[in-house]
Amino acid sequence: MTPNTDISNLCSTCNYLATCVYRQGREGPIQYCEMFAEIIEGHDGSHGSLIAILEEIQAKYGYLPQEALKMVADKTGRSLVDIYGVATFYRAFSLKPRGKHLVSVCLGTACHVRGGPTIAAELERQLGIKSGETTPDKEFTFESVNCLGACALGPIVVVDGHYFSKVKTSMVKDILQKTRTGLDAVEIVTDKRIFPVEVSCARCNHSLMDHRHKIDGYPSIRVTASFGQQHGWLAISSLYGSYKTESEYEIPFKTTVHFFCPHCHAELIGATKCGECGAPMVPMIVRGGGIVQICSRKGCKGHILDLSGAMVY
Amino acid sequence: MVNININGVNLSVEEGTTLLEAAQFLGFPIPTLCHMEGLSPYGACRLCVVEIGEGPKARLVTSCTSRVEEGLRIRTASSRVMKARKMILELLLASCPQSKVIQDLASKFEVRRQRFRQEHEDCILCGLCVRMCEEQMMAKAIGFRGRGEKRSIGTPFDIRSEQCRLCGGCMYVCPACQLRCTYTEPDKAICGGCANIYPPCVEKEQFDDMMCYMDPCVACEIIKKIEIK
Repeated sequence: MTPNTDISNLCSTCNYLATCVYRQGREGPIQYCEMFAEIIEGHDGSHGSLIAILEEIQAKYGYLPQEALKMVADKTGRSLVDIYGVATFYRAFSLKPRGKHLVSVCLGTACHVRGGPTIAAELERQLGIKSGETTPDKEFTFESVNCLGACALGPIVVVDGHYFSKVKTSMVKDILQKTRTGLDAVEIVTDKRIFPVEVSCARCNHSLMDHRHKIDGYPSIRVTASFGQQHGWLAISSLYGSYKTESEYEIPFKTTVHFFCPHCHAELIGATKCGECGAPMVPMIVRGGGIVQICSRKGCKGHILDLSGAMVY
Repeated sequence: MVNININGVNLSVEEGTTLLEAAQFLGFPIPTLCHMEGLSPYGACRLCVVEIGEGPKARLVTSCTSRVEEGLRIRTASSRVMKARKMILELLLASCPQSKVIQDLASKFEVRRQRFRQEHEDCILCGLCVRMCEEQMMAKAIGFRGRGEKRSIGTPFDIRSEQCRLCGGCMYVCPACQLRCTYTEPDKAICGGCANIYPPCVEKEQFDDMMCYMDPCVACEIIKKIEIK
């Protein structure tokens, strides 16, 4: 999830700043917010929960801000020294702000003999930074790791959790380019599992397709979405396998949204719950027969496609 | 009561006694850098190693952390113990060659050569100051940070800790740095120079985020300047 607004005058830390509900009406950066307190309260006060708390903060901010560690100390009742000791002990934690993308290159024994150092040198050259540093535009952080446990596939480069195996120096440019465009972006043209669907409201059978608003080059599915106090349009890509959405109001990550038909205004809600997150599923009729159900939670990719009885063209 | 044998002397001690305490009770000297009464045993300096057991099962253990067992035979100065101790001292001397405590110990144990590169670390990571701060001063201002060769002792974020009361306990117990800042009274472990000058250096602007423990204490230089004037 990449914020598309100008982030310079927003929070300096959180990854979800464009969708942050706590920012509303606030000026200047907020170092930590109520969302942060939720992280701590989500864990019991036991000794072992400290690493889990730090991991969640790191996942949210990309690093461990000084204020965050102080707040963890306050809330958990443990001393700042202990928390700082844990935070500096593990390589996974960073006390310095990291870039949007974390590029790790494996320099373990197997990757080393297969040419890991040349890959690292090439990455350093193309990014213009040394190991452990962040590019000035805060896009990339580059670090070397000692083993990723996939020695047979070496040399390995990991970008934001995506593994690139048997990397050659000529592939480095592609990897960085792919990272810039988004690693989750799917190639629509080549992947046969991805195809456009046309859907209609399960109640009034009006088509939900919006031919003027195109996403991924295909007409989008237009519904009315409601969450919290917000009520506006939501356009979903009609490509089965693409998870792109556009909406009138930015929907915060993990929010469950109520879907309504723009024609009959009935709520699109089924009896099924999402198998992945438990939120209600939204059913829509697929033209040609069958039902597609998508999860109503933002960011969840849970869906059911039932084309039984569909005509095969 | 537990019956043990130290260097051939039979002794009956209470259960839970450490080997170090038992040996010291009989007057056998065991050198140690990281042990202090009133602080929990830590076993970091390894200088207090003794040999326990018989024959092929004999092994070296740190006497400050090992408890007595029924029928245990302990040798506090066997050739194996002395060899290990000398090696440990040589290594400690390489990391902190300027420490008077370590130098004295090394000469006492006849360490005559220096085979390792000198590191001038100022710290042997014995953890005395950390335990002093936590267990006696109830402050928890300093602690261990990092891992491996980057392990160090200090305050979080290297700024003066809110918990620190500048008691000087950490410097008082330190075997590596205690004579670093002694100004004119080398027999005193800490000079207190920073607290004795006026205004006290902790109140001066340039000492805001500094504590004598961490940074090179410049109190002596300030006093010298005042005296020259």
